[in-house]
Amino acid sequence: MRPFATAVLALALLTTAPPLLAGGDNVVIEDAWSRASIGTGRPGVAYMTLRNAGTEPVVVTGLRTDLAMMPMMHATTTDVQGVTRMAHMEEVEIAAGETVALEPGGLHVMLMDLQRPMVEGESYTLSLVFADGAEASIEVPILGFAARGPAD
Amino acid sequence: MRRRALLSYCALGLGAVAATLSVGWWQVDGPGAPETATAAGRPLPLTAMDFALTDHEGQPVGPETLIGQPSLVFFGFTWCPQVCPTTLADISHWLDGLDSEAETLATVLITVDPERDTVDAMAEYVSYFHPQNRGWTGSAAEIARAAEGFRVRYERVPLKGGDYTMNHTAGVFLFDAAGVLVSIIDYHEPREFALPKIRRALTGGALGTG
Repeated sequence: MRPFATAVLALALLTTAPPLLAGGDNVVIEDAWSRASIGTGRPGVAYMTLRNAGTEPVVVTGLRTDLAMMPMMHATTTDVQGVTRMAHMEEVEIAAGETVALEPGGLHVMLMDLQRPMVEGESYTLSLVFADGAEASIEVPILGFAARGPAD
Repeated sequence: MRRRALLSYCALGLGAVAATLSVGWWQVDGPGAPETATAAGRPLPLTAMDFALTDHEGQPVGPETLIGQPSLVFFGFTWCPQVCPTTLADISHWLDGLDSEAETLATVLITVDPERDTVDAMAEYVSYFHPQNRGWTGSAAEIARAAEGFRVRYERVPLKGGDYTMNHTAGVFLFDAAGVLVSIIDYHEPREFALPKIRRALTGGALGTG
């Protein structure tokens, strides 16, 4: 019983104690890219990888850019019947030492309510807001409308 | 007399549509709904489908348009910057990889969002991809009939701020020139798996294991 009780206690501690959040400064943002948009009527999209180089989990809680009034993170999932859905992610946690990839077909930034068209060859500034209040800004290159990855 | 005959044909037609829709409901969402993905229903042969849509150049199209050449059909909506551009970019990439072999292949995006995807919206959209890609739209009722034939599910989901998105079946269906399903390419399947399937459709292969 004792090891079981210890396990339960450990589990309780793990699930109830809020994790200490490392600063957003520890997050390395790489391979960011966007697709060009058709005008401003449809939302834009951005992809990147987020690597947590720190020793504590980091949580992304928001996004800011002057390009779009409502930038948000969405996850695309496909169920066993082949139906894809988009789910709004209020926050995204990156475990210590882990990398979260925002890529076509999965997690992505949706740039809702575009303020100007996204033109191939141009770029824009996107800021990620972390749970500890830190912000990280990156310059996102806009690739072709049919681009499939950061190298296209 | 003529008018009465016309009316009864209309009534017959409506009855047939209603029957088709209810059969569709029974099979897709109703008591006949299968429980697993494999049984969820593969598309009917194109020759067994019946719907009337409009392509991005304003031409009337239907399942019969695709008979006589191999075809690649998928459902989506152009408002989304994620799944559709990815699928269309993948398809364009496949077409480039197949070179002249693929010239006979008809590739069609059928929208599940006819409210926003007008003929003009489709025309603008497909122009950004490989010129072989076609975009089909139409009335909500005809889209529903098409989806029923392909055993495609879709639903409208509201978003914050009044916008909406669509959940939908995202696989790419491959038919041979006779309109028989050859294979389904799952969303985001690696190219090395997709190309052999397309080649199989081009050479008129029979229904495989997927």
